Amino acid sequence: MEVLTLPPINWFAVVPVGLVTLLGLVLLALGLYVDDDESLGWVALVGLVISAIATACLAAGEKATTFNGTFALDGYAIFFDVLFIVAGIVVVLMSMTYLEGTGIPAGDYYGLVSFAIVGMIVMASGTDLIVIFLGLEVMSISVYVLAGAWRTQRRSNEAAMKYFLLGAFATGFLLYGIALIYGATGSFRLDQIAAAVADTQNRTMLLTGVAMLIVAFGFKVAAVPFHMWTPDVYEGAPTTVTALMAVAVKAAGFAAFVRIFLHGLGGLHADWSVLLWVIAALTMTVGNVLALAQTSVKRMLAYSSIAHAGYILVALVASGAAGGIAALFYLLVYSFMTLGAFGVVAALGSVGDPNETLDDYAGLGFRRPLLGVTMTIFMLSLTGIPPLAGFAGKLYIFTAAIREGYYVLAVIGVLNSAISAAYYVRVLIAMYLTPGAEDPGRVARQPYLITSIVLSAVMTVIVGVFPAIWMQLARMGFLSL
Amino acid sequence: MSGLEGAPPSGNVLLSLIVWTPMIGAFLVLLLPREQVDGAKRAAFAFSLVTFFLSLALWAGFLPEYADFQYLEQKPWIPDWGIQYLIGVDGVSLFLVLLTTFLTPIVILFSFGDVQKHVKEYFFFMLMLETGMIGAFVALDLFLFYVFWELMLVPMYFIIGIWGGQRRVYASIKFLLYTLTASLLMLLAILYLVGAHVRAGAPTTFDVRLLYDVALTPIEQGWLFAAFALAFAVKVPMFPLHTWLPDAHVEAPTGGSVILAGVMLKLGTYGFLRFAMPLFPVATAAATPFMLGLAVVGIIYGAMVAMVQPDLKKLVAYSSVSHLGFVMLGLFSVNQMGVEGAIYQMLNHGLSTGALFLMVGMIYERRHTRQIAEFGGLWKPIPRWAAVFLIVTFSSVGLPGLNGFVGEFLILLGAFGQSRTATVLASSGLILGAVYMLWMFQRVVFGPVRHEENLKLEDLRPREIAVLAPVVAMIVVMGIYPAPFLRTMEPSVKALLARIAKHQPSPVAVEDHHAHAQPTKRGGGG
Repeated sequence: MEVLTLPPINWFAVVPVGLVTLLGLVLLALGLYVDDDESLGWVALVGLVISAIATACLAAGEKATTFNGTFALDGYAIFFDVLFIVAGIVVVLMSMTYLEGTGIPAGDYYGLVSFAIVGMIVMASGTDLIVIFLGLEVMSISVYVLAGAWRTQRRSNEAAMKYFLLGAFATGFLLYGIALIYGATGSFRLDQIAAAVADTQNRTMLLTGVAMLIVAFGFKVAAVPFHMWTPDVYEGAPTTVTALMAVAVKAAGFAAFVRIFLHGLGGLHADWSVLLWVIAALTMTVGNVLALAQTSVKRMLAYSSIAHAGYILVALVASGAAGGIAALFYLLVYSFMTLGAFGVVAALGSVGDPNETLDDYAGLGFRRPLLGVTMTIFMLSLTGIPPLAGFAGKLYIFTAAIREGYYVLAVIGVLNSAISAAYYVRVLIAMYLTPGAEDPGRVARQPYLITSIVLSAVMTVIVGVFPAIWMQLARMGFLSL
Repeated sequence: MSGLEGAPPSGNVLLSLIVWTPMIGAFLVLLLPREQVDGAKRAAFAFSLVTFFLSLALWAGFLPEYADFQYLEQKPWIPDWGIQYLIGVDGVSLFLVLLTTFLTPIVILFSFGDVQKHVKEYFFFMLMLETGMIGAFVALDLFLFYVFWELMLVPMYFIIGIWGGQRRVYASIKFLLYTLTASLLMLLAILYLVGAHVRAGAPTTFDVRLLYDVALTPIEQGWLFAAFALAFAVKVPMFPLHTWLPDAHVEAPTGGSVILAGVMLKLGTYGFLRFAMPLFPVATAAATPFMLGLAVVGIIYGAMVAMVQPDLKKLVAYSSVSHLGFVMLGLFSVNQMGVEGAIYQMLNHGLSTGALFLMVGMIYERRHTRQIAEFGGLWKPIPRWAAVFLIVTFSSVGLPGLNGFVGEFLILLGAFGQSRTATVLASSGLILGAVYMLWMFQRVVFGPVRHEENLKLEDLRPREIAVLAPVVAMIVVMGIYPAPFLRTMEPSVKALLARIAKHQPSPVAVEDHHAHAQPTKRGGGG
């Protein structure tokens, strides 16, 4: 009997995964014995901060690959790992206030958030389709459960069920796609696929596989026409989980999407870019137009997140270094403004009453000035008004599109920005222009949640006014591919 | 402050101070406690006044014989994209900056009595707006310009939306969407232009002085000019893109109307002169007949619609459409007189229309109506108000001796060299202008007092006199002695025209100015 030899493991490459996994396990175990939700939150917070710092420190080192070249810790992975963990930190901060009174078990909740981040890290690091698939499943299953974490709420249950059923379907597409690509190129490894796509015998099989990957990732990043689940799931899930889904899950989807398409399948750009062009245009337009019709701010933000996936797809279509860097930079920008916006939604909600319709926001700007000002920053940034971060992000994407000659797509993009102004401004109208109660009444103290919102707002302003260093991070990340 | 002969002032931060002082003031006002209403008012007024005095120092140190930009400040901002913090003034923008810093304290002083709710926030937005406007006038980096350009939108949106009239939400969102949509297309054009510069082998830059020289095919020029022109035409506003203006003006609080008409509209015409025309001279030449046509239509249409307005504020709003048509006519004459007249008329319109809105605001405060039919015979109860109103009306009509005449006269002279038909038609607009303004004046001020409420009206208060006196003084000064203004803008206008006019069809005028423009110094600056 032959002895199974394990390939040598480069332990550096698995530091981020290891740390966050450990954190998840500790949180699960502590959850059994500790009843104090706030303490558990602090454990999660400290653990994530340590992981973030450790991961960022690894950026100084060499690119490390392990598990037979299927898993890499390069600048690209580190960029995304830190982004996921920071998003996790913000979400944990939000949750430390939000979970009060919901009856959601904190140990399980923070543990699942950690495991979701583990899955995301694996997705960003995977240089092999199977590893990416594993990461995707670890992430997805954690998030399916998180979406339904608020068991006593019917819409939370519904969200989890919907997300799970449709997500399973998307997973099927992903596996079929991987199988077909394997059939055509003889490998799961992205570098070997990249080498094989040029002279494959089975172009049809390969392209069918690529199309299926687009379906699967289109589902994860909520691109039209694979977006149907998004509004219901985002609306139904606990707001903090929605923030995690809209930011980190989407970023993870794009992390794998960009690595596979711009790196592994870069040679097929002429083929897949046509399809992605259409999807990008549809995603921006449908997301924005449907957002116009929403009366619930949470649901509106769900459609807005669809539209923003469309902008990032424009960067993918533009491709090349400019497009790749633009996509990474936009994800960074998008993360903070979206986290903040959902933070404000969470801050307004209470256990009995979600308070998420536009009417609930009437007079908010004068009732709770801090929430008003920060929400204004997020809405204007999402619209793309300078000098906020969203503007810098869009500028980079449209520059890339114009440089590569995608003029029509760029025009569709900016016109969509104008459409989006109409619904983002409706939030401002509600907060400042609509008369509402100006007396705050008794507001529960929300120290952690407010911290997370202010943090996001400060980042949105700083990245917007001084984009150079953040752009540099995105560049180092993408160019390390 | 004043540099040596031939060496323009540079190397100091005076211009930056002028741009950022209002914003610093804005945040200080915001930090004041909510109860300190008077403190917020005084602080806002003080900051806008300091800005005004700083801009006077700017004028004092400005060398009028020098064509290129002065007070240049150049620092890298986003080096990766070649984006710089690059500001400077020339003879064209100097007076527009002065107009802004002059009108803002006046508006703030007026608003002391006008704004009742959320006082602190109002002055915050007003000062933010001032920074945005000044910044847009002095930015020489297209990216920086765009940032300031958009930065203006948000405060004005809130000023209309929070402190406006009945239909303020509708008006404010219409204003925002109109201007935002148009300027987003301009953003794409900017990106394309910068890309074309890079393709020609140059390093990435948004410096407009370098981008003037980008070689573009006529078709490229056409598209880019269209995108820029759309953004600026909405702002001006040119017929048929003017429909947001009456709504915004009628619903805006008086202070917002004054700033909107007095300064923000000029950013549209300034944009044509600084960016759209010199960046794309071939397209400008091709579009000239079309633009002249739209300008003339705007002049006549605006005047005719103004004539039938029953509402004073709406009448003034439509008169803006007509007056800005004159400015566009002057700009697209593409000759020295026309353009100088256009710039002069921008300043005049800022003063006279600003004053009209202020005065309408004053009687609205007293009577809570703006319907012309509700007034009549105001000469009797409020003679001082009526006297000032007369001067302002005459200024708006273009009576010789007051500022409006100088600008309109120059514009018509300039336009005559470009298109006689347009000049003749525009002159008829001038007559219409006299008709609607004087008819309005007659119905409001002359005749018997038809409504008893008007008998008890209070005449101008001291604060209101303080608000109006500087404006009226400037109206007279600029009418009697335009020379210092025109002399200061002349070299810069010549330099700009040299860029634009190279491709203009009418040979006589062009050769003339081209020859003049050559000896003008165009040094590197700063």
